[in-house]
Amino acid sequence: MFYREAGDFKTTYTQDSQTFPIKFDRIRYYLVLAFAFLVVPFIINDYWANALILPFLIYAIAAIGLNILVGYCGQLSLGTGGFMAVGAYACYKLMTSFPDVSMFIHVILAGAITAVVGILFGLPSLRIKGFYLAVATLAAQFFLVWLFNRVPWFYNYSASGQISAPERDTFGILITGPNAPAWMTYLFCLIFLTVCALIARNLTRGSSGRSWMAIRDMDIAAEIIGVNPLKAKLTAFAVSSFFVGISGALFFSIYLGAVEVGEAFSIQKSFLVLFMVIIGGLGSIFGSFAGAAFLVGLPVALKVLGVDILGWPTDIVSHIQLIIVGGLIIMFLILEPHGLAQLWNLTKEKLRLWPFPH
Amino acid sequence: MPDQLIYAMEVTLNGLMAGVLYALVALGFVLIFKASGIFNYAQGVMALFAAMTLVGIMDGQVPFSHMINAIFGTQVHHFGWHVPALLAILLTVGVMVLLAWAVQQFVMRHLVNQEPIILFMATIGLAYFLEGLSDLMWGSEIKKLDVGLPQGINDAIDQVTFGWFGYGFFIDNLDLVATVVAALLVIALMVFNQYTKEGRALRAVADDHQAALSVGISLSFIWVLVWSVAGFVALVAGIMWGTKSGVQFSLSLIALKALPVLMLGGFTSIPGAIVGGLIIGVGEKLFEFSLGPMLGGATENWFAYVLALVFLVFRPQGLFGEKIIERV
Repeated sequence: MFYREAGDFKTTYTQDSQTFPIKFDRIRYYLVLAFAFLVVPFIINDYWANALILPFLIYAIAAIGLNILVGYCGQLSLGTGGFMAVGAYACYKLMTSFPDVSMFIHVILAGAITAVVGILFGLPSLRIKGFYLAVATLAAQFFLVWLFNRVPWFYNYSASGQISAPERDTFGILITGPNAPAWMTYLFCLIFLTVCALIARNLTRGSSGRSWMAIRDMDIAAEIIGVNPLKAKLTAFAVSSFFVGISGALFFSIYLGAVEVGEAFSIQKSFLVLFMVIIGGLGSIFGSFAGAAFLVGLPVALKVLGVDILGWPTDIVSHIQLIIVGGLIIMFLILEPHGLAQLWNLTKEKLRLWPFPH
Repeated sequence: MPDQLIYAMEVTLNGLMAGVLYALVALGFVLIFKASGIFNYAQGVMALFAAMTLVGIMDGQVPFSHMINAIFGTQVHHFGWHVPALLAILLTVGVMVLLAWAVQQFVMRHLVNQEPIILFMATIGLAYFLEGLSDLMWGSEIKKLDVGLPQGINDAIDQVTFGWFGYGFFIDNLDLVATVVAALLVIALMVFNQYTKEGRALRAVADDHQAALSVGISLSFIWVLVWSVAGFVALVAGIMWGTKSGVQFSLSLIALKALPVLMLGGFTSIPGAIVGGLIIGVGEKLFEFSLGPMLGGATENWFAYVLALVFLVFRPQGLFGEKIIERV
């Protein structure tokens, strides 16, 4: 009753091919956008921005990127942390070399540079498949982190080996550094997330998305019916790394401000983003959002519960947190291997009939 | 003989020894992958868990003492006894079998027929779970593990090589023991696989689950068995690495080092794991020795992966892996 596809007639091709063809979805989408752009910036404060909202926005971009590669194109990658590092260091080099250029351009360029690196490391995927490929992407992870650690040019010969974001402004308002207002950093990340999600949604509906999915479902069959595997796989790697690079650039410049590559972009980060994709739902843009929200929110919620309410020591809470995260992942995979996105689909299914199930 | 060559020989020998340790971890992966098609990421954490349990039992630690103290305000730490190494190892094997049973009962049984990536993710979840559990049970501080294995420089080799080249090789006794143990382990596994009833059943399951089921082999029993054996291998690896560098979190990262070994050797081949381990061990030590200083050092972090990557481009199924045949 509340969620209906029936009665929603399309009379032109434009109507039929819009991003959200169902009216209910469209209204919901506009409402969420309006809330995010018009309400949240006025009520956001530093604590919420730094603890929950910024990491959520940034990880959601990374999760969308990885979902394109793993969920839509079926190429398992464990190199996300490395590619995020590429985005971060590219952004840093650009920020320090061209201080007058807008941050928007820096972040997009950082994404583009990451895309090139992603294509390079995607080349073996033409020969290697499945878990062998997953391990091969680990080469990207370790090699890139080592590179940024060992070659002083990347961190501008700073004594600590860290990179830290200089203060930059957009339209006259500070956006990086500790003095940047929360609503501005929030809006900056939100704009990137919105645009990335729109691009991803439309790419996956279009011909490139269909060729990715063909490759995912059975690559040989796809090749026989005329999908070019070289093009499909490499575009998937490029688009995916582009998003991951943007997320890495934002993660460094907006969220953390200062980064030590071995710590911020370690293999753990790759797994974290992969978990977001799996828990959210492989092959679903909405799932990437849900997975990111879940895995960003869970540790905060557990910490509030364990440390602030129950008063346990932090180290015990962090151990229990590991157990709970691990247990939840296993539980999720057993109960709903298609992730949170599938739960949402089931809800829609129910809403369609509710309150008259027959 | 020129000094450089002698150093290179010493580095090669040490690389071989390190390779044996990598191979030990890789073995656990291969066992589970062969029998159930599961790529068990938790193998490294299993080694950590086994080593921690061993230390805990030997020192008579009270499990979960940290948590009990925090909740009830008590001050329990140790039972106050010391368990001899051999008995402790036996008890730890028991714990690993229990763990294998729990994994089969609560995780893998519910995931039969799922796609490999889902199973892989489940083992990563398991890795997190075990990591948290072992920290919670035994505390997260670095522990010393001493089960009475010899350690330190081997004097005999030092003197003999000094007599030959005028330069004594530094070979750790522990590495020698590890090599012997690894060789014994591989032989034992081969014998078990080839000549026992359970081993035959195991090979049957590896070949075809359905066919194995239809001739009356119990899948769940075989999987408990496989996870137990993998747990045992993890324990051996945990003892070796734990004695070498202390029992701590970084122990679980050796699993990542075992991955390129697997890729080189092929996921389904026990000899492959050994040969792959040796190649990686020697390769990364020699690379670091010859080119490392030029590139800024610490090349061990990535050399194995890049080597495996380059290698795979030419031979996607690894050295000894079964030929990949694809059908539409």
